[in-house]
Amino acid sequence: MSEGTARHVVTLVVNGVVREAAVPARRLLSDFLRHDLGLTGTHVGCEHGVCGACTVLLDGEPVRSCLTFAVTVDGHEVTTVEGLAEDGEPSPVQRGFTECHGLQCGFCTPGFLCTATAFLRDNPAPTDEEVLEAVAGNLCRCTGYQNILKAVHRAAEIQAETRGRPEPHGYGTLGGLADRGGRA
Amino acid sequence: MTEQLDAGVVARQIKESDLLGGPGGGNEVGRARRRKEDARLVTGRTQWTDNIQLPGLLHVAFLRSPMAHARITRVDTSVARTQPGVVAVFSGADFAAEQGSLPCAWPVSEDIVIPDHPPMAVTEVRYAGEAVACVVATDRYKAADALDAIEIDYEPLDAVTDMTAALEDDSPKVHESGNKAFTWTFAQGDIDAAFRDAPVRVDRTYVQQRLIPSAMEPRAVVAQTDGDSFTLHSATQIPHILRVMLALTTGIPEHKLRVIAPDVGGGFGSKLQVTAEEVLCLLITRRLGKPVKWTESRSEGNLTVHHGRDQLQRISVAADADGRVRGVKVDLLADMGAYLMLVTPGVPLLGAFMYSGIYKMDAYDFTCTGVFTTKMPTDAYRGAGRPEATFAIERIMDELAAELGMDPIELRRRNWIGHTEFPYTTICGLTYDSGNYEAATDRALALFGYDKLRAEQADRRERDDPVQLGIGVSTYTEMCGLAPSRVLGSLSYGAGGWEHASVRVLPTGKVEVVTGTSPHGQGHETAWSQIVADALGVPFEDVAVIHGDTSSSHKGMDTYGSRSLVVGGVAVVQACEKVKEKAKQVAAHLMEASPDDVEFSRGEFRVRGTGTSRTIQEVALATFAAHDLPDGFEPRLDADATFDPDNFSFPHGTHLCAVEVDTETGATRIRSYVAVDDVGNVVNPLIVEGQVHGGIAQGIAQALFEEAVHDADGNLLTTTMADYLLPSAADLPAYTTDRTETPATTNPLGVKGVGEAGTIASTPAVVNAIVDALRPYGVRDVPMPCTPERVWRALGPARTTKSTDGGLS
Repeated sequence: MSEGTARHVVTLVVNGVVREAAVPARRLLSDFLRHDLGLTGTHVGCEHGVCGACTVLLDGEPVRSCLTFAVTVDGHEVTTVEGLAEDGEPSPVQRGFTECHGLQCGFCTPGFLCTATAFLRDNPAPTDEEVLEAVAGNLCRCTGYQNILKAVHRAAEIQAETRGRPEPHGYGTLGGLADRGGRA
Repeated sequence: MTEQLDAGVVARQIKESDLLGGPGGGNEVGRARRRKEDARLVTGRTQWTDNIQLPGLLHVAFLRSPMAHARITRVDTSVARTQPGVVAVFSGADFAAEQGSLPCAWPVSEDIVIPDHPPMAVTEVRYAGEAVACVVATDRYKAADALDAIEIDYEPLDAVTDMTAALEDDSPKVHESGNKAFTWTFAQGDIDAAFRDAPVRVDRTYVQQRLIPSAMEPRAVVAQTDGDSFTLHSATQIPHILRVMLALTTGIPEHKLRVIAPDVGGGFGSKLQVTAEEVLCLLITRRLGKPVKWTESRSEGNLTVHHGRDQLQRISVAADADGRVRGVKVDLLADMGAYLMLVTPGVPLLGAFMYSGIYKMDAYDFTCTGVFTTKMPTDAYRGAGRPEATFAIERIMDELAAELGMDPIELRRRNWIGHTEFPYTTICGLTYDSGNYEAATDRALALFGYDKLRAEQADRRERDDPVQLGIGVSTYTEMCGLAPSRVLGSLSYGAGGWEHASVRVLPTGKVEVVTGTSPHGQGHETAWSQIVADALGVPFEDVAVIHGDTSSSHKGMDTYGSRSLVVGGVAVVQACEKVKEKAKQVAAHLMEASPDDVEFSRGEFRVRGTGTSRTIQEVALATFAAHDLPDGFEPRLDADATFDPDNFSFPHGTHLCAVEVDTETGATRIRSYVAVDDVGNVVNPLIVEGQVHGGIAQGIAQALFEEAVHDADGNLLTTTMADYLLPSAADLPAYTTDRTETPATTNPLGVKGVGEAGTIASTPAVVNAIVDALRPYGVRDVPMPCTPERVWRALGPARTTKSTDGGLS
């Protein structure tokens, strides 16, 4: 299998900043973020879409960046773990995981944080069952999950306490950029 | 229960008060401090090996054998060398003269066969996935592309996949010397007398399936050189051991080799290894003079990260009619895989001393045969030998209870070491320093609602409910705190078991701790800070912990075997004591008092009976200035300590599991899980609870979900996370955890270690519960993992014909 030399310019908003890079068509979004943009907070655990460590938010929705080609996100908005903090303060989800010891080695954590961030935006007061279902697509080998479930509930509490603050990056406010890719 | 609790044992859970500490230090140990590590980890400010970018960095991809056993007859790399971006292509022949043999540090017996283990195969491959060639290219994608252009011809040889068959005379051979790696035996007491005329005897065979450790961070290596010295970053648990071993393997002088374990994403034993890829990346960078990186894919990892368990256990127990155990016999086959890696043959030995568990008996007999097969080598995986031993003894104790028609808790009570009998030297020769099995068990029974669940079980049996309820018991102990160096020496291990720490008080009174432990998720930065804050009376926030880099932490034995706190934490305490003694000299001098009149409390040196005092921060600054120090006093407030324990530590606990088993479908559901662990004194209950949770999850995973499966030709079939089933949150129950605290008497912290306890305890608790549910149907075992299909098959024809004799068919 030969790669060819064709490169494609990808322009997107990552964590609120317009980024641009020329990449081969087969470049995975996970590699693009980590190695082309230097956003190494996104981790690659399996490269076949099972573990969820590489989960990022694409226009606010969680996706497996290891199953996404970078060229397909041209014109879209991506949020990674580096972009979850709000005004330099940890987000409710980041706080929840810290307070509840919802991480040990931390390798799976960015995927859980992104997943939980989108989940709590859509469902700010979830039941136990809903939390379980929300995180069941991400694997953790250290915690046994109990503290992760607690952390998501705690994040919901913190989010409720701090509700009224603006969304971090104003999803859907990309103007012209968002229209180019055809997905937003 | 209260009687036991009154015996000086305190049961406790994390409470709000655990989150609170007192001012000025003194109350840090025991407090549920949130972790220092997390602020970085939840914001992506991390330093994984794969993050590293260097000018001119090249990427390595390995071509791996598609066959389990074959002779390499032809290698042609010429076309691959012409592919875009390719800088170099190497096969085993290119490294043959310099690659040496991957080390085995544990030659367990006189008769052991340690075959040559070339990092890259030269003439023969012995497991699917063994590296046979590599491409070095300008990026990872191009390196992977060019692998397709390497031509290798193989002459297939017979695979050897079954241990029992491997020991037959006519078996194909993995190595010319044969398929037996070693036989190791151990006997105590008169085993024949114990079994002769024993009123009850139970014999069982258990299979410890092969497991894939599956740390979330795949392995990664970055090697670089300035032409003279070398630096290796690796996702390893053992930077210090790795440095020594790589120096011995590659011939790079130890002082020219720096090894760094940056952030490491879990290990569970799988990163306690000297890997082919680490050696080869060093050799490639030496050859090319350029930095190289290799990051494994998950499928590559499932094939070539060392596997765990894979033992066939024949165990027999002889008992009196009243249930008193007379003796235990164990005959073990341990699958080594194709080669002996760092501690491969030692893993079953770590279990050899634990088959007596918490029980008293007259005799014990153990034989282990290490067997070569054409599979990835096995090595340490969370618990390493002790989960296997605990599974076998706890399973067969439940079988013995069934044979006697006795409650499994009652059987254990009749056999365990009473809390007044410690210290107690077991039949295996270990001296358990402390413990209180009664207290932990009573607490667990209360939390579990044992009697009520037994009543429900009886009711379901009575009603012929298609969903039966089973109750599993596991009263485990383990040996932790690896390890007294003399004991390791007596077991032929190649190194000691001490740990090192340096503590230095900086001019402003802040403290740096250099530890020889190498955390990869455990939270040492937090726990060591708590220990130092109490010892020196400085604020928790004023302590920094440095680890994982052989240039800054020059001495260490690293992290595995639940040893870090029990050995490394004690070294930190001892170094603090030395620092405090030095500071006292300075403080006394500054206050114009005799050191004998100076007392230390919460960071302050006081002249007894006066109002005169100096803080440790003031003493630090005065020492730095050195203007007015005692005569001959070296102007430094720092100290080293190396702690070598006299004994292991012995955490214990009682885990109870209730499982609902659908006899029509074989589906199982863990209804409740209670764990009461006694890990001695606790530095940080939050961290301890997290370790217990994660450990239980991994043990349940062995019981219910995970298995590395090979086909008859030795090909691994479970190469992805879709095929090798790691449990998700939806697959696991909520755990009720609690602790009793019986301090260890063998170290000043009174700690025992907690990293492996949950894994060791939980597997037998779950399987005991499943078998207990099905016992009326004549089921005496379900092989792990107890998938619905296996449960359904174990029921067999009994699905519709329930045994009338209580299931003891």
